[in-house]
Order: sequence, then C-alpha cells, then structure tokens
Amino acid sequence: MHDKTLAELKRSLDAGEFSSRELTQHLLGRIDRLDGALNSFITVTYDQALAAAEAADAARAAGKAGALTGLPLALKDIFCTRDVRTTAGSRMLDNFIAPYDASVVEKLAAAGTVSLGKTNMDEFAMGSSNENSHYGPVKNPWDFAAVPGGSSGGSAAAVAAGLVPAAIGTDTGGSIRQPAAFCGITGLKPTYGRVSRYGMIAYASSLDQAGPMARSAADCALLLNAMAGHDLRDSTCVQRGVPDYTEELDTPLAGLKIGLPREYFGDGLDPQVEAAVRDAIRVFESLGASVREVSLPHTHYAIPAYYVIAPAEASSNLSRFDGVRFGHRCANPADLIDLYKRSRAEGFGDEVKRRILIGTHTLSEGFFDAYYKKAQQVRRLIRQDFLDAFEEVDVLMGPASPTPAFDLGANKDPVSMYLQDIYTIAINLAGIPGMSVPAGFVGQRPVGLQILGSHFTEARLLNVAHQFQQGTDWHRQRPAFAEENA
Amino acid sequence: MALEHADVQRAAHLARLGLTDDEAARYVDDLGRILEMVDMLQALDTEGVAPLAHPLDVTQRLRADEVTESDQRSRFQRCAPAVENGLYLVPRVVE
Amino acid sequence: MQWETMIGLEVHVQLATRSKIFSGASTAFGAEPNTQACAVDLGLPGVLPVLNEAAVAMAVKFGLAIHAEIPEVSVFDRKNYFYPDLPKGYQTSQMYQPIVGAGVVEITLEDGTTKPIRVHHAHLEEDAGKSLHEDFHGMTGVDLNRAGTPLLEIVSEPDMRSAKEAAAYLKAIHSIVTYLGISDGNMAEGSMRCDVNVSVRPKGQETFGTRAEIKNVNSFRFVERAIAYEVDRQVELLEEGGVVVQETRLFDPERDETRSMRTKEEANDYRYFPCPDLLPVVLDKAYIDHLRDNLPELPADKRARFERALGLSAYDASVLSATREMADYFEEVMEVCGDAKQAANWVQGELAGALNREGLAIVDSPVSARQLGELVARVIDDTINGKAAKQVFQALWNGQGASADAIIEAQGLKQVTDTGAIEAMIDQVIADSPAQVAQYRDAEPDKRGKMIGYFVGQVMKASRGTANPQQVNALLKQKLDALC
Repeated sequence: MHDKTLAELKRSLDAGEFSSRELTQHLLGRIDRLDGALNSFITVTYDQALAAAEAADAARAAGKAGALTGLPLALKDIFCTRDVRTTAGSRMLDNFIAPYDASVVEKLAAAGTVSLGKTNMDEFAMGSSNENSHYGPVKNPWDFAAVPGGSSGGSAAAVAAGLVPAAIGTDTGGSIRQPAAFCGITGLKPTYGRVSRYGMIAYASSLDQAGPMARSAADCALLLNAMAGHDLRDSTCVQRGVPDYTEELDTPLAGLKIGLPREYFGDGLDPQVEAAVRDAIRVFESLGASVREVSLPHTHYAIPAYYVIAPAEASSNLSRFDGVRFGHRCANPADLIDLYKRSRAEGFGDEVKRRILIGTHTLSEGFFDAYYKKAQQVRRLIRQDFLDAFEEVDVLMGPASPTPAFDLGANKDPVSMYLQDIYTIAINLAGIPGMSVPAGFVGQRPVGLQILGSHFTEARLLNVAHQFQQGTDWHRQRPAFAEENA
Repeated sequence: MALEHADVQRAAHLARLGLTDDEAARYVDDLGRILEMVDMLQALDTEGVAPLAHPLDVTQRLRADEVTESDQRSRFQRCAPAVENGLYLVPRVVE
Repeated sequence: MQWETMIGLEVHVQLATRSKIFSGASTAFGAEPNTQACAVDLGLPGVLPVLNEAAVAMAVKFGLAIHAEIPEVSVFDRKNYFYPDLPKGYQTSQMYQPIVGAGVVEITLEDGTTKPIRVHHAHLEEDAGKSLHEDFHGMTGVDLNRAGTPLLEIVSEPDMRSAKEAAAYLKAIHSIVTYLGISDGNMAEGSMRCDVNVSVRPKGQETFGTRAEIKNVNSFRFVERAIAYEVDRQVELLEEGGVVVQETRLFDPERDETRSMRTKEEANDYRYFPCPDLLPVVLDKAYIDHLRDNLPELPADKRARFERALGLSAYDASVLSATREMADYFEEVMEVCGDAKQAANWVQGELAGALNREGLAIVDSPVSARQLGELVARVIDDTINGKAAKQVFQALWNGQGASADAIIEAQGLKQVTDTGAIEAMIDQVIADSPAQVAQYRDAEPDKRGKMIGYFVGQVMKASRGTANPQQVNALLKQKLDALC
C-alpha cells in the first residue's frame, strides 16, 4: 500500500481492495514505526486523519468519490490548519494552534483528501537542508548521512520513505524542487499566483508558492487540479481558469523544443549529476524532442538578487511575531522593548535571525536604492532572460541542484549553503513554473532533472515529465529504508 | 559596502532582536560575507531598468465593501499569551 | 524681529466604509474590545490583505474634489515599526505612489476672503488599534478593533501662516469630506485627526526654519491653541539664541502646551518598501470619470452659487455652505418658503440662536427644515407677522404642534389685516386713552412720531399680537393726526 502512487491507490480504493480508513491506519502505523528515525513529521493528526478517512469511505460508498477522495497526504507545517498546531518549524510557533485553515488546506479537504499531519521544514522555510528546524533535522531516507533538502524536507522525505503518497510543499527559492530532487520524488512549483497563499505562513511574499510533491507527475497533476485556482482572499492569486492538468499528460512529445541553459551546465556542477541529466535529455530526444543550447545571461545575479529581496520581505513579514497576540513570549518582560527583543531572540533560530538582520539592513535608510531597488531591477532582467528563452524553446531543462544531497552538517557557512540554490532560485524571481523529476542516482543519492516552462504552462510541464516517466523508472525506485521496514 | 558592528546592532534594534555581543560579532562576520556576495549586483548596469516588484504584470483586484467577518475573539485569543477583558496585555507603554 | 510662521497639516480622515480597508471586518465604532478584529486585522500568520473598493472610490472622490491629479497607478508600501497597536509590525500605507496627487483646497478666512492651500498629495493607509493605559496590573491593554480602518492622509504644503489659517484649512477639509459623504467627520470619535508641522523664520528669510511636528491634535480649537503655543515657544527659543530641534511633540490640551515625545529614541527608520501582498492599483479613465460625474456639489461651488444665484452676502453664503448638513437644511427651507434671503435670515437667526442655546447640532434640530420653511412661507405671505412667527417657532421647537399652520390655527395667530377690524381697535384705544391723546395733540409735530409707539403697543395688545403692524401704524397716524 505504501509505495503506490495516488492514481494507483485510487484504483485500489475504487476496486474495494482496501478502504481509506485501512490505508490511513496502515500509513499512520508506518509513521509510528519509522518516523522516529526520519523525523519528517512535526505533528501527526491521528484522530482527524481517521475521521476524514471514514468520511471519505462514506462518500465513496454513496457514489460521491472524486479524483482524490480518501487519498492520504501530508502538509508542510507552514500551512495553517484549524485547531491543529502550526509551527513553521519554529520555536516561535511551538504553541500556536491555528484558528483557521489555509485556502490550500480547505481546497484539499474539500477534494476529500486525508491529511495525516504536518511535515518538518526549515524554520519559516528558510533553508536548503532542513537543518534549520526547531524540531531537528530530517534524514534523507536514501542515506541517513545526507540531508533531505529544504525547506520542504519533511514533505519530500515522508513521500520517499513511503509514509505518505504525496505531500504539499512550498517553494520560495527551490524549496519544493531541491528536496524533491534530493529524495527522488516529483515536485512542482507552480507559476506565482497559480495557488493561493492565504493561510500559508509568509516567508517572502513575492516569491512563495505552494505546490505538490508526489511519486509521479500524474499525481502532481491530480493534486494541482485541487490546489490551483482563484482565491478572493489572496490579491496576488490570479483570476484565471484552471485547466484539467491530467488532460494533456498523454500528449506525445514529438516536436517539443527543449532548451539547455548554458549557465546551468557550468562550473560547480557535479559531473555525475550532469551525466544523469544529459542521459535524461537523451530520453527526450528519443521521444522526438529537439534540444538546443540557450543562454540565461543573468543567472549568476539570481542568488545575490534573491538574498536582497527575500530577506527584505521576510524581515517585514516576520515582524508580526512579537509575543503580543500569538506565539512565543518571553518570561517576565521588564518593559515593551524587552518583551519584543527577548521574545524574538528566543523564538527565532539562527538562520531566521540572519535573514531578518540582512533584510532590515538592506531596507534601511541609505541602503535601499543600492540593494533593494537594484535587486528589483536585476529581477526584471532575470525574468526577461526566461521570456526571451521561451521565445525559442518550449521548456528548459537542467539539473535541479549542482550536487546530489549533501551530508548533514556539510554546509556550515551560510553563503556556501545559499549557493546550492543556483539552479532553482531564478525561477522564483521570474515567477515561472518548475518541476524536479527523478533522473538517476549518484551512488545512493538521487538526482533531479529540472524542467522549466513559461508562466502558466504547468500542463505542458506535467505532460513532459509524465512522458519521461512513461519511458523511465527512476521515479519508481524506493529507498531501502522504506522497503526494509515494510 | 562594508558592514560595521554598529550596523548589525542598529538592524537588530530596528528588528527588535535581542543579540548578545558574541552573537552580534558572529553576525557581523556572516552578514558581511552575505553582503559581499550581494555586492556583485553593483557590477551590473541597470540604468533605465524598471524595478520588478511582482513576477506577473497583474493589477490589484478590489473587494466589495461588505462586512463578511463576525466576532471570533475567543477563538483568536486562545493562542494569545496574555489577555484580560478581551484586551491583549503588554508591559506598560509610556507616552 | 518679525517672525513668519509656516504651518503644514497632515490630516488623517477615517473613511466611512462599512468594512475595513483590507478585510471584511466591520468598522463600526464602539464595539467590545477586539470583537471587530478579524484574522487579517490581527495579522495572524498567513493572512493576506485585499483592498476595499469603497476606500479607493472615496479617496479618488476627495482627489477630484480638490482638483488633484489622480495617477493611473498607485502602490501600497509597508511602513515598518514595532508598536503594540500595530499588529503586523508594519502599517500598509502609500509612500512613493499615492492615490491622489497634488491639489488645492480653498480656505475662507474670518473676513470672508479666500486663500488657496496646496495639498501635496493624499494617500490611503490603515489605521492602528488603540492602547488603553488604564490599570491592568501595570500593563497596557490593546484593542485592535480600529486596526485596519481605512484612513485617507491628506498632506498639505506648508502654506498656512497662522493658527487661524490652519483651523480654516481643517474646517475646509472637514467640509469637503462630509459633503462627499466619505467620512462622518466626527472628531470626538477620532474620525479626523491631525498632525501639525510648525516652523518659524525671520520675515524675509527664504529658507525654512526647523520644524516641529505636533501629533494628535484632534479638534479645530486644539489646532489653534497648539499652534499658538508652539509658535510662541519657537520664537522665544530663537530670540534667546537657542535652536529649534526637529522633533515630534504632543499637545496637552489640559495644560495647553506642547511637549517633546520620544527624545531618547533615535530617529525612526521605517524601511518603506512596496507591499508584496498587494498589487499596483490601476484606475482607468472610465472609473475616474464615473466618480467625477457623480460628485455632489462641493462647498466652494455651493458658496459661489449661494452668492451669485441666490444673492446672499459673502458671509451668509460661507456660513450656510460650511457643512453639508447646514447647506442641506438651508436649501430645504428655501425650497419650501421660496425666498433665499428670508430662509437665510431664519436659519442663521432664530434657528442658530436656539441651537446654540441648547448646544445642538443642526441635524438634531427639533424643528425640521420643512417645518421652518412652512413657517417662513407664512411670514412671506403675511399670514402672520414677525412677532407671531417667533411664537410659532418656539411652539414648533417645543413640539407643541406638527406644523406652522396648525399652531397658527390653534393659537389664533393669524394676522389681522382687515382695515375695518383694525380701525375698530384703534378707535377703542383712542377712546380709552384721553390723556395720551392730549399729550400727542400738544406735542410738537416732529416729536409725535415717537409718541405713536404707545398707541401701536395698545392696539397690538388688543389684537393679541395679530394685527398687521404696518397697517396699525399707518391707520393710527391718520386717525391721531385727524384729531390734531
């Protein structure tokens, strides 16, 4: 049960092979047995999960089952869930029981999905390794010495380890795609504005986007169908129809024009990762696609621009955590300033503080133009690079990360950690959709192929990824950890 | 643009983050290296390039002026650290 | 040395929307603490703002009313600072691209002359909550009901030269926003609040003096008093060789002085940047035209029309157009009675006097505009005389009758104009007053005019005030002169 895709599970539920309640219980049991070692969940919602599963079984019995009815998933602990603790991986929110549901959570519940709980993450989604969680690092199920990636590391690890067939993540600079790559699963960051951000605890508002993480592109399509769409509560969520993302999955790829950004195959790229990615691209050629090199000339400015824009927005977004209305409050504050300074010093971890400080500094008087305004200008140039490239090709392909999953504790220096996101971060600045799909291994550790499209071309990306998965079985590989403990 | 100890202390105060001297010293170092990386932007000529605040060229949708929210004070204050008579309590603010 | 005062005002007007600027919570005043603070107003993790159309429309209407440029694009920025009544740690405001550009407000001074005051811009922002400093065991209580109420901040140029001009400007703004119906203008409930920038410079000097900002001046009277105090303070300081410090000061109405705030704190750094949760607001021409086409007549236009078309004096026109309520009342009286000058006299005379005595606002007048109009009509058509009219007014005020006609009827106040009836009363009075008649007859002809008053009084008394006084006068003169 635990290694099936959503599509396969749906067929089993429809055929009556097992009920959603049985499936849910089975997975909750696995979480109990395995997650102590993996640490992919912060909160497991046993009672709510079983109640939702029973409701789904009843709906199915009444002939009212939809595409996702009764299918389990997990939510990154950045989505507010009514009456369920929502921590964002931070001590600041250790005691925060959200009083409302995020829009995505509402939509997925309305589609009949069964949430098993809230997954571990880098604190406030700031990180690329899941080592910045107040709840401890998550292990990579393929190799416990490796990180699962971040910030949606718990979601990726839980799916890879067979604890849940799918999970929802968020991606601000690669936080869905990079952990998907590191854990050998399929992840999609939709176009900015495709999925509502309401109820998703903000890191960097102009970059954050929620998306599905699953065992196949087809599963991602099913989930995106339920997640996408306009939301009156999010001004940045676009008013635009939602296609059926499963409809184009089977479109043949003959004639597809693939661009390989020269800058994504340069210095710093692990040769074995490059080899796996180039092998994957040959699969596409065999499916009738043509490949050419393109250039994204401002690629190397993406990380500097990101580390101005994201921390600036974060420094402001995180001001609401002040110990007054919710969240951590220090003991016996002497006065108001003490309340603020100590509550925030105690509630936030190191990386969060670092980014708040950077953002505060770059926005402050005398620095704004040199940093923030400059970064926004560069952001336009970066977006233009992509728009230009998509004049020539349908999709771009390259590695999701320059290396496979690195070792826990390997990147102590913040700047070297930031540089890991070189291939993912520009995508958020440009607001375009991107996927990572499993494309091989370096040793035990998975390699992710990144596929990028122009704004609102999710259906095309899912089609391209699905066709690749029809011809390969990288996405069907499971870590020994998941099997040994079956 | 080099970062001074005073810059970090100032940012920490503006952000209401309590830092010990040791922490501040460490952040001077970390932030200095991050800003050094960021300073790469200065090399790029962006003359005449309009800043981009949002990745999509869309405009603000307006909401009809209707009261849609009802009182949920008790629910919202369940997660509050200190309330009395429906008010959030903070150390005395001196004006 | 002669000093020149430079005053600029930042007026915060609470817009009269039903719901908040970025959420669907009610803006009603006076609810239990925090019962009108929804998830968005509280800044709960994950919430997002969506802009209220009515707030945008109201801001644009104001801009059109002051002949301001309305830019096609405006942008919301975040103003970052920590304060317990500011839930998100930033105020969503407009720093760089406000919704209303430069415009002009015309103020009317006490002598009836007008002066243009330039408005630099006006921008939309959200109000903060309130900190309550009563004793909560030495703590401050925070009520966020007001958080997120839409504010229009109207920033003037430093064009005012006296406290009186500043007060006149504030009145003009009050008048415009209430005419437009975009604010209730209730200063006691904080619907209009004002920060005042004051500086002085030696007369003739080109450069500006250092200014002090006085926060929270919340009535027309306080504006005058705060400025008067502050000007004296600055002049005194400079004349003693001191310097004015650029700072924020608070007006204390109890002690009638301003005092320095936050002197120990370093200058604020609000780190404005565009709010990433809100998109640029783009207003197309059709939308702006539609709002322009539906603007009500504004105070300046009304004042001009009262003068030109109705022939009122500049003073009357200015008083009667000062507030929308006043103008509406006056115009209804005029419409009912058909005479602008009579309507103006009654509204500013009898009605204003009675309202003043009782401390009532015109909207709370016990005499409706229709009732007063009908009363004035009866004066104009000679149904009653002036004295009886005052009686009728008092009766209406006291609720002793539904209409002027009913009271005239019930109290028998209809004016007697029948010459025969008046002559009969005169004859009776002459017959009853032989001594006075003799005095009249013996007096020098040029003294008799004054002496006639006695007879008029007696006749009016005999008629219980209903005789037409002009007729009484004329007939008496005839009859008495005939006796001489």
